[in-house]
Amino acid sequence: MFPASFDYAKARSVADAVSILSSVEDAKLLAGGHSLLPLMKLRLASPSMLVDIGSLAELSYIEDKGDYVAIGSMTRHHDISWSRVLKSEIPLLPYVASQVGDPQVRHRGTIGGSISHGDGASDLPAAVLALDAKFVIVGPKGERIVPATEFFVGFLETVLSPDELLTEIRVPKFSGGWSFQKFNRRAQDWAIVGVAAVNDGGTRVSLVNMGPTPMRARAVEEALADGASIEAASLKASEGMDPPADLNASSQYRRHLAEVLVKRALTEAV
Amino acid sequence: MQITTVVNGKSFTKDVEPRTLLVHYVRDVLGLTGTNVGCDTSSCGACTILLNGESVKSCTVLAVQADGMELTTIEGMASDSALHPIQKAFHENHGLQCGYCTPGMIMATASFLKENPMPTEAEVREGLEGNLCRCTGYHNIVKSVLAAAEAMEGAVK
Repeated sequence: MFPASFDYAKARSVADAVSILSSVEDAKLLAGGHSLLPLMKLRLASPSMLVDIGSLAELSYIEDKGDYVAIGSMTRHHDISWSRVLKSEIPLLPYVASQVGDPQVRHRGTIGGSISHGDGASDLPAAVLALDAKFVIVGPKGERIVPATEFFVGFLETVLSPDELLTEIRVPKFSGGWSFQKFNRRAQDWAIVGVAAVNDGGTRVSLVNMGPTPMRARAVEEALADGASIEAASLKASEGMDPPADLNASSQYRRHLAEVLVKRALTEAV
Repeated sequence: MQITTVVNGKSFTKDVEPRTLLVHYVRDVLGLTGTNVGCDTSSCGACTILLNGESVKSCTVLAVQADGMELTTIEGMASDSALHPIQKAFHENHGLQCGYCTPGMIMATASFLKENPMPTEAEVREGLEGNLCRCTGYHNIVKSVLAAAEAMEGAVK
């Protein structure tokens, strides 16, 4: 399977990438390509041009910034899952990264690519949502910072404009319990449903594949804040959700799975 | 577009279309047909090769993305007439049935053992989660990888 023809440009810097994106209609960024290329091979996406940011080494880093860790958007899942800083300061994130796809995918896929793709069925977007991360976005008008809670807006849709580039993910450190539950039928599959939970004074819970975007389980969080038991709170896992139905699971089954997995996650994290 | 790659130690400069997949570059442009195309959807791992020493699924990488990089394919594993220890272990432990997944299994193993030179059986099974064997010959594949790890211990870092 070949993708449809496209023009190709290798970006020399972040500014170069933004300038190409601003001047070419329907150009798209290419990071590791492990979300975009499969879509292009299936002809579900046919950008006119790919702007390859794969050689921008300045976007691949993991830096301790005191109360948060800054992660360059081109940092690969492999590097995140092996990072000592992240393992000690934000252990949820390297664990989730180690659960994405398989080793080959983790050698290519990047955290920025996964977040920008904004797939509600992907693990890392839900993880950064539960971690209350912030994203640094660079465009022709300069830089802006958007919280994860405002970033994902619809099915494969984020607040990124076509001429903007996600450059850095800022993840607050936490010192409490955490859990990531991923339920799938085969080792390398997407989660049928997944749950990320962080307990750092308050409890934050997010869900994978329970809607068009990664979702915060607000009803669960509020119930816990009001003193509900884990058992009672997890029964609210799918409140306000409209989970998809597909070959793997019906919408109803996903609701059931969300309750079970939220309970497991909270039992581990709280 | 012109790209330069070092494949199994030899440098090649070739013209490719931007949409050429790395696996087709290796097979059709360079004529190295040891790398197989299986599912073509980055699921099965048959097309696994090493890019700068790390396993990747070459059906989901563009040849242009590999510009300036080093590639190792199954043809680059043996030296002269001597099989690579991983190949030898697969041979001795009957780590293949039809053989279609084998080049990918061996390249995935090469990358895995570099990251984890002395794995447990469970770690081998997880480390090869990106490679499918439709003969379901997994037990002997795992046995082969463990034997390779033992044979290579200390020899390859």
